[in-house]
Amino acid sequence: MTSFNADSILETIDMIRVHHLDIRTVTLALSLRDCCDSDVKAVGDKIYNKITKYAKNLTSMAQEIEDAYSIPIINKRISVTPISLVGESCKDYDYVYLAKVLDKAAQDVGVNFIGGFGALVEKGCTRGDEALIESIPEALAKTERICSSVNVASSKAGINMDAVLKMGRTIKKAADLTADRDGIGAAKLVCFCNVPGDNPFMAGAFHGYGEPECALNVGVSGPGVVRAAIESLPKNTSFGEMANKIKQIAYKITSTGELVGREMAQKMGIPFGIIDLSLAPTPEIGDSVAGIFQAMGLEHAGAHGTTAALAMLNDAVKKGGIMASSHVGGLSGAFIPVSEDAGMIEAAEKGCLTFDKLEAMTSVCSVGLDMIAIPGDTPSDTISGIIADEMAIGMINKKTTAVRIIPAPDKKAGDKVVFGGLLGEAPVMNVNTLSSTNFVQRGGRIPAPIHSLNN
Amino acid sequence: MEQTSPEKRSENKIIITVSGVDRIGIVAKVANVLADNRVNIEDIKQTIMQDYFVMFLLGDISQAEKSFKEIKEALQKAGEELQMEIWVQKKQIFDKMHTI
Repeated sequence: MTSFNADSILETIDMIRVHHLDIRTVTLALSLRDCCDSDVKAVGDKIYNKITKYAKNLTSMAQEIEDAYSIPIINKRISVTPISLVGESCKDYDYVYLAKVLDKAAQDVGVNFIGGFGALVEKGCTRGDEALIESIPEALAKTERICSSVNVASSKAGINMDAVLKMGRTIKKAADLTADRDGIGAAKLVCFCNVPGDNPFMAGAFHGYGEPECALNVGVSGPGVVRAAIESLPKNTSFGEMANKIKQIAYKITSTGELVGREMAQKMGIPFGIIDLSLAPTPEIGDSVAGIFQAMGLEHAGAHGTTAALAMLNDAVKKGGIMASSHVGGLSGAFIPVSEDAGMIEAAEKGCLTFDKLEAMTSVCSVGLDMIAIPGDTPSDTISGIIADEMAIGMINKKTTAVRIIPAPDKKAGDKVVFGGLLGEAPVMNVNTLSSTNFVQRGGRIPAPIHSLNN
Repeated sequence: MEQTSPEKRSENKIIITVSGVDRIGIVAKVANVLADNRVNIEDIKQTIMQDYFVMFLLGDISQAEKSFKEIKEALQKAGEELQMEIWVQKKQIFDKMHTI
């Protein structure tokens, strides 16, 4: 006869019911490399057939697992091979058509986002890459579920400044083409440095080149759980003990995610890929990374000490996760999106949290400048300057960094943008108005950094 | 006799957590639903927490004819009738989360 521990049961139920512990996403990662053809319509047909075949049970299986463990599985998603590669074999490029096919396939299998409409161009663009980047704004404006990401830099290759220049303009155009929805196109577009090929979280999810035919990747979250755990400690608890507490919680969250991932992969008859433990906030009250900073003792996100708090949090989360699973991957750590975090929104509205402080925080968070609305009249060259800075942080520190900013059409600093759902809402934040034009228009690449003399 | 692997045995274990205002007949009703569905009760613990009645049952569904989902729905219906909150979860989630 087996027995049980009543305290453990209550703790688990509390984590789920009160502190928003959830499986944030189960993401089916799928290679579309075998969908190439010289005829774009044939590529579209192959893509549609493959996605609907592999993902037909994704949502029903997720529902079954949700029932079994009473843990919410919030999103069901798909990530695919970078589409620049799949569409490049066509005689006549038509990436917008392929975006529409992906969107339709996603809709028909019941997923809310499909990632991978992107390219990896850290060292340079092929003709297909260029055509894809060109098509991004229109593709995002004409679809609902497509997410796009472009990797423009890496620690090994340096920063492709031609691509950075192009992405500044692409982001601006993506926002302008969706001006009626506060520029939501740009909220589904992200530039990366050192992008991981197994990340299950949007908007940056795609199925990398070194990945298998298909895999099930799982993203778990739980900033509310971490905050509650820290709040349960006495106020004078030392950093070492606080880090231990975060590790313990991260262990519990990750173990649960792995259980779900493995069982779901088994049910679907595909390999389990990775578990990504990312403290990804939602606009719901209490599900906030900014709330963790407050629990740690800072008056608000943005106070001096926030970067140190985030560094400790990000590191402790990874350590706890690593202990729980051999296959931790993706972006694991702590996200700091502004529009998706009620505490960050409040800090930004009060002026406690500035764009520059956010940039500093990205040097120690798990991703980068995320879901930040900036004035609609920000020149595209300034956006390229922002991207270049963020890519430099990632390149030099050998970490993933990213930029997902929304130049909100016709909005100025202090106004508000509203995207709804998980994408949330955000105050428009000031950016530096000095010109970056002559710098970003030089062209070429910023050389890869030296990997010794680490000072 | 056929040997069952520990993993398979653990898959058949469920934990039912019942909480709410204490009243007559809670244990009886939940136990009845379990008996009707051929779920064997292996352990029960109950306590009062902050004026609320909380009960935990460990059940084994290996002899049940109905699916986990159907049993869960029957228990949740009983919970609604009792005006109690009922959580029905496979035990593996607790084992995985709380043991190294």
